[in-house]
Amino acid sequence: MTEVTELSRTAANTPSTKEVLLNLGPQHPSTHGVLRLVLELEGEYVARVDPHIGYLHRGTEKLAESFTYTQIFPLTDRLDYLCPPSNNLAFALAVEKLLGIKAPLRAQYIRVLMAELARISGHLLITGALPMDLGAMTALLYAMREREMIMDLFEMISGARMHTSFCRVGGVREDLPDGFFPKIREFCDIFPNRIRDYERLIQHNRVFLKRTQGVGVISAEDAIDLGLSGPNLRASGVDWDIRRDEPYEIYGEVEFKVITRNEGDCYARWLCRVEEMRESVRIIEQCLDQMPEGPFQIDMPNVAFPVDKDKVHCSMEALIQHFDLSAYGFKVPRGEVYSAIEAPKGELGFYIISDGSEKPFRMKVRAPSFVNLQGLFGAGNAHYLADMIAVLGSLDPVMAEVDK
Amino acid sequence: MSMETPFNRAPITERFGEAIEDLGFLHGVHAFSAPPERIVDLCGFLKEHPALSFNFLSDICGVDHYPEVPRFEAVYHLYSLANKWRVRIKCRLGDPPKVPSVTGIWRTANWHEREAWDMYGIEFEGHPDLRRIYMWEGFEGFPQRKDFPLRGYKDKLNPFGVEGPPPTEPDLATKNIP
Repeated sequence: MTEVTELSRTAANTPSTKEVLLNLGPQHPSTHGVLRLVLELEGEYVARVDPHIGYLHRGTEKLAESFTYTQIFPLTDRLDYLCPPSNNLAFALAVEKLLGIKAPLRAQYIRVLMAELARISGHLLITGALPMDLGAMTALLYAMREREMIMDLFEMISGARMHTSFCRVGGVREDLPDGFFPKIREFCDIFPNRIRDYERLIQHNRVFLKRTQGVGVISAEDAIDLGLSGPNLRASGVDWDIRRDEPYEIYGEVEFKVITRNEGDCYARWLCRVEEMRESVRIIEQCLDQMPEGPFQIDMPNVAFPVDKDKVHCSMEALIQHFDLSAYGFKVPRGEVYSAIEAPKGELGFYIISDGSEKPFRMKVRAPSFVNLQGLFGAGNAHYLADMIAVLGSLDPVMAEVDK
Repeated sequence: MSMETPFNRAPITERFGEAIEDLGFLHGVHAFSAPPERIVDLCGFLKEHPALSFNFLSDICGVDHYPEVPRFEAVYHLYSLANKWRVRIKCRLGDPPKVPSVTGIWRTANWHEREAWDMYGIEFEGHPDLRRIYMWEGFEGFPQRKDFPLRGYKDKLNPFGVEGPPPTEPDLATKNIP
C-alpha cells in the first residue's frame, strides 16, 4: 500500500514523473493464481516488468524421480489443472516411445477425445476470464456453465471431475461407460451455439475491443524468439500446430483447421482460442464417428494392468500381475526421449532419461505456460498498468504449470 | 517410427568436424554432443543456417549424473519451425558446472537457464540476470541435484527434513520466526 500512496503523492506534487515500484500479486484475482509482478512505473506507464514465480513450486520433477511410471500420472494431472487429460497423454506418449509400444486404436481415440474436451475446458476458462479481468463478469458465468458439462463428462468417464488420471502406459484405465455417447453427442450439438453466444456477447463489445485491440502486440519474430507456443504463437501469425505437423495418436486421421491470426494482440489471442474450441468440437465428432471397437489397453502383462479386474479375484496370474505392477512398477529400457504434444496452452514436452529401472532417472517438463509467461517481456510498447492485466490474461498462464 | 534422420548433417560436420559427436536419430530427435565452449557457436549456426533453420528453442534442461564424472549436463532441444525437425544438443559439464549462455541467440533461454541454475547450480556465463527462479532468495543448495535429499534439510521451516549440514548463514526467510 505504501507504494500506491507514493504514486499518488508524486503525481500530485511534482510535474515530473518518478519511477515507482508496484507489487502486483501474489494475491490478486487477475494474476490467475499466485504470480507476483514487480512493476516499475513511470506515471501510469509500465516501464519494466519483473515476474516472480515459484509460489506454487512443488518439485514435480524431483518427486517424479522417486515415483514409478504409473505413479507419475497423478503428478502430471496437477501441472495444468484445467486440462489433465492432455498432460496424461503427453507423459504416456513419452514412456510409450521409450518402451517402443503403441496404445490400441480405441484407446488412442479415447485419449484424443478427452484431450480435446480438456482443450475446450481450458479455453473456456480464458474465454470468460479475460473479459472478467477487464470488467465484464457475465461471460465467465456462462463459460462456467458450459465447463460444468465437460466436468460431468469427465466424471462419467473417470469418476473424477478434475484430476482424471485416466491414461495408462499402453492405453487408458477403462473403457467408455454406457450412456456416454448420447451424452457427448448432446454436448456437441449444444456447444457450437453457445460459442456463438459468447461471440455475440463479447466479440463485438465496444469496451472489450477498446481494451484488447492493438494492446500487447507481439510480432511473429518476437514470439518465436521468446519461445511462445500454442494459441499465443498462432495469434502472431506463425502457423504451427504439433497436432498437424508432427501428428501423434490419431490426429492424422481427423480433419481440422489450424487457426491463425496476424494481429498478435490480446484480441487475436482471445479470438484464436474461441475459434479453436469450434475445431475441437469437430475433432470430437469425428472421433465419435470413427471410434472402433476393440481393446482399450495393450495386451502386455509386464506393463499393463489386467484388463478384466474380476480376474484378479480368481486367477493367481492376474493377482500377481496386478500386485507386481502396483508395488514395483515396470522397467523401462535405458535411453532418452523428448516427446511433445499440442496441449491447450502450447507445446507440452516431456524429456525423460531412463536408466533401465522402474523410475525415471530424470524427467523434465517443458511446460508451455512457463515459457509463455515470458511473453510479458515481448508484449511490446509500454502499456498502461491496466493494460498489463489484459496482456497477462490473454497469455493465459496457469500458475500450477508455470511453477511445476 | 522411421530411423532415418530427415535432414542432411553434412553442413554441421563440415563446420565443426571432430568437435561435436553425432549421437544418432531416435524417437524423432537427432542428438549431438558438444563441448561447452562450442555451444554458442553451434546453436547460432543451427539457427542461422538457411537449410536447417532450427529457429525455435524448445527447452534447456539440466541433468545431474552423480556420481559419474563429468557430473553435470546441459541439454538443449531445438526445433525447426520451417522444416518440422527436432535436434538435441547434449553438453557434459564438470563440477562446478559452467557453460556459456545462449540468451544472446534466443531470449526465451533466459528463464530456462535461470531454472537450470536454480535447480542444479549450472552457471550460464554471460546470462544477463542469473537469479533463482523457483526457490526463494537466500535458499541454500541446489534442490534437484541427486545428493540433495528429497525431503530437504531440517530447519525451522522444515521440521521433517533430513539432518544435514547447518546453513552457513542465517536464512532471511526464517529470521523473524520465533
